[in-house]
Amino acid sequence: MHELSIVSSIVDTVTEKLEAYPGARVKEVRLRVGALAAVIEDSLQFCYGIATDDTPLQGSKLVVNIVPVLMHCDHCDEDVEIASLQSFRCPECDEPVSDLRQGRELEIESIEIDEVEEKV
Amino acid sequence: MTTRIVELRQGILKKNDELARALRGRFTDAGVLVLNLVSSPGTGKTAFLERTLRDLRESGAKVAALVGDLETDNDARRLAASGAPVRQINTHGICHLEAEMIGKHLEGWELADLDYLFIENVGNLVCPSSYDLGEKVRVALLSVTEGEDKPLKYPTLFNSADAAIITKIDIAEPCGFDRTTALKNINEIRPGIRIFETSAKTGAGMTEWLAYLAEEKSRRA
Repeated sequence: MHELSIVSSIVDTVTEKLEAYPGARVKEVRLRVGALAAVIEDSLQFCYGIATDDTPLQGSKLVVNIVPVLMHCDHCDEDVEIASLQSFRCPECDEPVSDLRQGRELEIESIEIDEVEEKV
Repeated sequence: MTTRIVELRQGILKKNDELARALRGRFTDAGVLVLNLVSSPGTGKTAFLERTLRDLRESGAKVAALVGDLETDNDARRLAASGAPVRQINTHGICHLEAEMIGKHLEGWELADLDYLFIENVGNLVCPSSYDLGEKVRVALLSVTEGEDKPLKYPTLFNSADAAIITKIDIAEPCGFDRTTALKNINEIRPGIRIFETSAKTGAGMTEWLAYLAEEKSRRA
């Protein structure tokens, strides 16, 4: 289980980003996670609760958007979404596909924050 | 109070990816072919690597290995018996190797003096697939005792591999190993992948494996 390392890295990245927004509170962190990225959302959520404790991310919500696997089919000459991770074949022509174009993403897409209004 | 969306679009493992890229550059400059060996615990990675190191050294190649485990230096001692320089990486609970650990453990080694560097990852079929170590070739290993459907159960790892090794082929028969299904399953997950059926004990498949290593070295390193 490496989700804790992944979540710790999210906390570091977001905390660093927050330096530009002093006093801001994080409401939501949105991730893009490929279906082939080898992370489990439940584990991410579980670790998130623990790893964000006593950080500026405490109490924020983690939103995980799963990105489907796209493979390039040489035969059809287009990017196709495979139907199952147990068979890397083009859903159109059934030819094997080995050229991965999308599906291993593991990134922080955006964060939603509440900024403190500056007092004039 | 105003709500704002801040776009980040940043890789979560960016630090690891950057370190891995730098390592890959160093390996390419040094002309050493680096391989990352991944499998479940008990597949026989260490036995397979012992045999590979010994056979390569006999053929005159210069080899070294890094081996990752949670605890103990047992594997490093086993591999060092081949005469090759070997270093143990103890992760103390971490279920995979990271690029930073590789960088640290290379200190003092003259990479340009090596033909091949093997990295034996921590036994785990999930976590290592997320971490680039700067390798050129990722090798997934599967033993005849594990069940032919392992590639289907762990597609993230098998799909990221450049080569697949079936180990312990000498005991395939008593294990009731269904070779056709195993090969089919590996190909379903990673179409066109090179597959080697090997035995560290009898040496079966080692000639083909060594020929592949030499090919990859001249092509990629």
